[in-house]
Amino acid sequence: MTKKEWPLWEIFIRGQHGLNHRHVGSLHAPDAEMAIKNARDVYTRRKEGVSIWVVPSAAITASAPSEKGPLFDPAESKVYRHPTFFDIPDEVGHM
Amino acid sequence: MYAQMVKSEGMKSLEEMSPEERAFQERVDRGEKIEPKEWMPEGYRKTLIRQIGQHAHSEIVGQLPEGNWITRAPTLERKAILLAKVQDEAGHGLYLYSAAETLGVSRDELFEKLHSGAMKYSSIFNYPTLTWADMGAVGWLVDGAAIMNQVPLQRTSYGPYSRAMIRICKEESFHQRQGYAIMMKMAQGTPEQKEMAQDALNRFWYPSLMMFGPSDKDSVHSAQSMAWKIKMNTNDELRQKFVDETVPQAEYLGLTVPDETLKWNEERGHYDFAEPDWAEFFEVIKGNGPCNEERLGARREAWDKGAWFRDGLTAYAEKAAARRAASNVAAE
Repeated sequence: MTKKEWPLWEIFIRGQHGLNHRHVGSLHAPDAEMAIKNARDVYTRRKEGVSIWVVPSAAITASAPSEKGPLFDPAESKVYRHPTFFDIPDEVGHM
Repeated sequence: MYAQMVKSEGMKSLEEMSPEERAFQERVDRGEKIEPKEWMPEGYRKTLIRQIGQHAHSEIVGQLPEGNWITRAPTLERKAILLAKVQDEAGHGLYLYSAAETLGVSRDELFEKLHSGAMKYSSIFNYPTLTWADMGAVGWLVDGAAIMNQVPLQRTSYGPYSRAMIRICKEESFHQRQGYAIMMKMAQGTPEQKEMAQDALNRFWYPSLMMFGPSDKDSVHSAQSMAWKIKMNTNDELRQKFVDETVPQAEYLGLTVPDETLKWNEERGHYDFAEPDWAEFFEVIKGNGPCNEERLGARREAWDKGAWFRDGLTAYAEKAAARRAASNVAAE
């Protein structure tokens, strides 16, 4: 049995030209080059993408679940950020 | 489905729960997804590791009975299709192992538990695949039975498991249809070919029914798992649904389901059918099925004989990283 486990990589795929890369899952690989090769077999068997990013999982810093309130709740009261907050008379036309 | 008799931990009423446990259960009840870093009861975590791990092992071991026929497929097209199908199973195993790892177990630990027999895989893969028609029966019945369970599991409470299920379900329909296509070809073929198709149905019918696990009255772990939404339907519900959908498909093929008691029950709106031999099921689970030793032996051998290759890739990655570091220093 191998003592050292291969590191975990997070896989991002660009589905179509012009779209963002999206997180699709993770996999183990010894290095970045192999991670891309494996990602191609694991996540694009049905032509799901045009480009692959691989990132060591250990390099990702995530917000803590307990921070959810302080981080995201303040946006709730700022409804004026949405264009429909403002009534513009029909006479003005499309805006 | 590929998870049978997963032992789940405890079962408390809302009043008996700690505030944390109650808040957790209420989130699950509201249909919220639980994500890896969030608080969860220890029992939920442990049960899910067992369940997702067993599911992953089943995908991986499930490659063996079909891999058996890749080199003997009747045409090049059939061979390419079967190869793609078996490759999908490897992919499904990898999605599920990754989901299990988010719960704090490592990949190697999971492999080790499979190889030592501490963790199980589905009983179905301990039956042999004797003829080409078995490739039809496995796709049609075994993948068909798996779909029954996996479709509702897309709504499971654990986020990574749910997302793995969504990916798997997208691909699974191909598996069942390619199996049924093999059955159609053989059932419409020569009398010998039709006989092979019937024989495959005869051998795989009851083992497929066993895939759903023991009858609800003997299934002790269901209630807690259903409250946690890591099990969405009871074993008997899913088994009934499978029989109701599969019998007309067998009729279309002109094949006979090997159950003399099988009969449409107008009143219930379901088929009445015979239970599989549960004594046989428990023997297979215990390790005494026709192919248990062969399957685990193949897994262990692949793992042990691949060690030098895994180590080699690790050594290369380390060397390359050291070389990059050295050239960076030189450039500064």
